[in-house]
Amino acid sequence: MDAALLAQVVLNGLMLGALYACIAAGFSLVWGVLNVIDMLHGSLIILAGYLTCSLWSEWHVHPFAALVPVGLVLGLAGAVLQFVLINRVVRQPVLTTLTLTFGLDMILYNVMNAVFDATPRRVTLDLGRLTFGDVVLPWDRIAAMIVALGLTALLYAVLRGSKLGRAIVAVRMDREAATLMGIRVPRIYALTFGLGAFMAGVCGALLAIVYPVTTNATGQLLGKAFIVCVVGGLGTVPGALAGGLALGVTESLGSHWFGPQAAALLGFALMLVLLVVRPTGLLGRKGYE
Amino acid sequence: MSALLELRGLGKRFGGIEAVRDVSLTVQPGEIVGLIGPNGAGKTTLVNLITGVHRATAGTVRFEGADVTYQRPHEAARRGLARTFQVVQPFPQMTALENVTAGALFAGAAGSVAAARRDALAQLERVGLGAEAHKPASILTLPSRKRLELAKSLAMKPKLLLLDEVNAGLNSSEIDAALALIRGIAAEGVTLVLIEHLMKVVLSLSTRIVVLHQGALIADGPPKTVVDDPRVVEAYLGARFAQRHVQARDSHA
Amino acid sequence: MRAWTLPVLAAWIAVLAATPFVGDNYLVKIATFVAFYAALALSWNFIGGLAGYPSFATAAFVGLGSYAGALVQNAGAPIVVAWIAAAGVCAMAAAALGAIVLRLRGHYFAIGSIALVEILSLVASWWSGLTGGGEGLNLAFLPGGPDTIARVFLYAMLGIAVLALVTTVAVTRGRLGFGLRCIAQNEDAAEMVGIPTTRYKMAAFVLSAVFCGAAGAAYASWVAYIAPSDAFSILLTVKVPVMVLLGGAGTVLGPVLGATALVLLEETVWARFLEFHQAILGAVIVALIFFLPGGLLGLAARRRTA
Repeated sequence: MDAALLAQVVLNGLMLGALYACIAAGFSLVWGVLNVIDMLHGSLIILAGYLTCSLWSEWHVHPFAALVPVGLVLGLAGAVLQFVLINRVVRQPVLTTLTLTFGLDMILYNVMNAVFDATPRRVTLDLGRLTFGDVVLPWDRIAAMIVALGLTALLYAVLRGSKLGRAIVAVRMDREAATLMGIRVPRIYALTFGLGAFMAGVCGALLAIVYPVTTNATGQLLGKAFIVCVVGGLGTVPGALAGGLALGVTESLGSHWFGPQAAALLGFALMLVLLVVRPTGLLGRKGYE
Repeated sequence: MSALLELRGLGKRFGGIEAVRDVSLTVQPGEIVGLIGPNGAGKTTLVNLITGVHRATAGTVRFEGADVTYQRPHEAARRGLARTFQVVQPFPQMTALENVTAGALFAGAAGSVAAARRDALAQLERVGLGAEAHKPASILTLPSRKRLELAKSLAMKPKLLLLDEVNAGLNSSEIDAALALIRGIAAEGVTLVLIEHLMKVVLSLSTRIVVLHQGALIADGPPKTVVDDPRVVEAYLGARFAQRHVQARDSHA
Repeated sequence: MRAWTLPVLAAWIAVLAATPFVGDNYLVKIATFVAFYAALALSWNFIGGLAGYPSFATAAFVGLGSYAGALVQNAGAPIVVAWIAAAGVCAMAAAALGAIVLRLRGHYFAIGSIALVEILSLVASWWSGLTGGGEGLNLAFLPGGPDTIARVFLYAMLGIAVLALVTTVAVTRGRLGFGLRCIAQNEDAAEMVGIPTTRYKMAAFVLSAVFCGAAGAAYASWVAYIAPSDAFSILLTVKVPVMVLLGGAGTVLGPVLGATALVLLEETVWARFLEFHQAILGAVIVALIFFLPGGLLGLAARRRTA
């Protein structure tokens, strides 16, 4: 395979990977801090995608402008959901929390399918392409990648720099100690889940620019988020970034060599390999289960 | 008489830290060995190495002559190497009886669940918990939980029993009761290794004392000798006290 | 086990077996589904209920069993042989896959188990030479009229369920069941007490696969068509633990009760609200977790002690 083709495949993988990283960052945060797997994440992303498409087609709101409002709406909904429902089972065994979020997701998925339908839709922005040599990169994807990376970096900055962020990290490290320091853990849980939902929201808006959005994709997106968390490491933004880029490049290479179905299979195989060899992930720390 | 337990050059490294360094020790059947040392000396790590919880990075462990260095914990239990935990680890939703039955059924190699249950009840009576047999383990008081732990290890029919801080958190009269129980166990032929902080317990029970400091064995002998050993005093109280102790001792001589 | 467990189970078997004589083929079909799901729920109970490992791998083995059975049946073997072969294939697959996923705990195990479903589904889609890919596989319909077929498959599924039931009783009463319960509550302490945890977990995982395989193969023969999306259904893999939670996990009666309750619930709901089937199931799950944490059997226990 010649250098230009390889470069194209790898760059495609990195652009995809940036999106994956953004998708997984919120999911990873919720899992790492609350020890709850948010099975709604995929559906939330698609919901945001639908909203963005509707805003574009009905009111001509540019997706980049719709990003933050859509994110905020979902973030608020997520925080409320956590506070009212999920907080009650947060300390229960895996089976309970997982099944609960599964059940909630089933409701969301079904309702979404009924209100919108499964027809794929997207926002097509014709921004042209960037070409150097034989490598062609569409500008809309580049823009999506930049925004995705930017948001991921913003999340990182918030976690490290802001008071809220540090409270979240404290709860992640040691829930009991955080309580003793005066942190109101149920509120932090709600805000963390809300933050995760916000990330899902903005990712959904970005996704709508790059790929067709359909409820059929909710499971796949969730699957990607899982894989990124396992591969990259739980609960940290650098982990989500590492895992996202790794998955993106793996899928791109795999798709090129073996076809798109094989690419999905490779992603899962990568996850299984890491689960066995290094369950904490490339950048992960021990202690999160 | 061949040794029951033999450690040769046993060591354990966690990353950059050597928790246990070059420990060599022999325990004969029927002994009651007190294992003492300041906090962080590596006593529990040593017990973990002997019972297969941690994997040794150096040295060997022999039990009844066989090399058991890399055994899994359940294999140790089946061989007759039982231990209690500093922080008691019961099966929380099971009753006291069921907890002890587990010991009898698996390590104790009972023929059937029913037989294990009968044996378990006998052990519970023996440690004085007969009345609490059908209570869930999670609601027992600390002294009762310690006795439950003891009953469970007895049900495992151990040849060598490692008791890790079995008296932590008990008051004076509870400790006396525990001592009587432990003496009874020793009288039945179980070899004991006691990890203890309480000098009174160690001195009154042990036939021999072994001292661990920063992962290494610094003394091994009869109680009176070890207690007077300046290195032991230094380990606990620092060099200055050790010097003063030696001076005081020599001036009395 | 409670004193009334065995009589209740006997009654359950009798009622299901009697359906061809008291109702039409629709009733027999429902009874067949009850038996099918009961077999799956009892299977899950070994790894999820007794051992406490939250497995979502049910669909992996049902699907694998469906395909294995279908391929053997299409090769000319009698259907019962095909079903037994499917069970065997699943047992071996569980042993191999278990060696990997049983090293994980908690969330990671749950994810690993779902990954198995997805991976097998993708393999089935990809290996179209063997499996017919996304188009699926057709099987020959059995000879005989609708009444005969209905009865054959009712008794087949019921037979598999009874086998699962007998195994459950034997395991629960014996050493393996006791050991698994210890593992569920404190795996490290279980090791300390002399339980060979790896071996026991493996046994539970294999048991959880064997009856799923047979039931999957029987289902494929019944429906005479399988495709990756139905065989490896995520919905199925979530429903089964929910059934066990509904009935009461870790017990003998719980999985049977839960499976029966959920199938009956679905039949009454599905008929009327087909479009919202998933949402209603989701609502049932949410209600279950908040209002019925011990399952139906837990409710019965509370009533008795009150």
